[in-house]
Amino acid sequence: MKFGVVQFPGSNGDQDAYNAVCDVLKQPVEYIWHKSTAVDGFDCIIIPGGASYGDYLRPGAVASLSPVIDAIRGYADQGGRVIGIGNGFQILCEAGLLPGALMTNSNVRFKCSYISVRVENNFSDFSHKCTVGQTLSLPIEDYQGSYYCNADELKPLESENSILLRYCDKSGKVTYDANPNGSALNIAGILNEAGNVAGMMPHPERAVDDILGSADGVLILKSIAQRLD
Amino acid sequence: MAKVNVYVTLKPELLDAQGKVVQGALENLGYTGIEGVRVGKIVEIEIADAAGNIEGKIDEICRKLLVNPNTEDYRFEIEKG
Repeated sequence: MKFGVVQFPGSNGDQDAYNAVCDVLKQPVEYIWHKSTAVDGFDCIIIPGGASYGDYLRPGAVASLSPVIDAIRGYADQGGRVIGIGNGFQILCEAGLLPGALMTNSNVRFKCSYISVRVENNFSDFSHKCTVGQTLSLPIEDYQGSYYCNADELKPLESENSILLRYCDKSGKVTYDANPNGSALNIAGILNEAGNVAGMMPHPERAVDDILGSADGVLILKSIAQRLD
Repeated sequence: MAKVNVYVTLKPELLDAQGKVVQGALENLGYTGIEGVRVGKIVEIEIADAAGNIEGKIDEICRKLLVNPNTEDYRFEIEKG
């Protein structure tokens, strides 16, 4: 099983993702340069956080037109697993691989803190090690993390059980006050219709050891690794 | 050469968080009667006449890159040089 971590100019979560796979999952992992035109041989591709292309124009907009994203589109169409974290989520939305968009946080604040998210779906390749309703403590670090999609797209997300994670309070209640950025339905992470592409604003790869403040991200990473076995 | 100004704005039904902050700042400055502020952006593009079909090309550029159709609207003006 081999993971790939995409690197764009301005990525900054790439090494965290690489180290999490290497040190925590003990799985092979390689960087994939953004100009790559093929992503064959990988079992899961991680599009990491950061500020690709300086977040110019819109976060993820320029990166979504990279050669590697074309290759990843073909890979995902064939059922390949892709997870976008933070800026990676923004890139997947801009590329049309996930519905909706990430907008400026409604409180216009850069949010950098541990937050709680509730696992909404535990049959996905990205969450089956969790239980439904489980609360995970994960860090967010974004200015444009407010998930938005129109009503026509929001309904299927709910009915197809494609909402992966929602912001909640420490007890697991999804409340207005627990929403750090004004995301629709407190959405912190979603899946595509086929369930092989996931995007989330919280960073599981940065919560892989108690010394970092939380090891809850390991559940997400192990879900991916064990499903690939 | 033609100069094109592309205006990109958030869809009117969406909260413009930046606009709200600017509106608050204007109120702090003492301006009364400010009923709404929305912040958009202008992209200035210079394009050679020889490129041809400027209107069609700019519209395509907007849809492919400059605008996120989920959240933004756009319009553009072409000034012939």
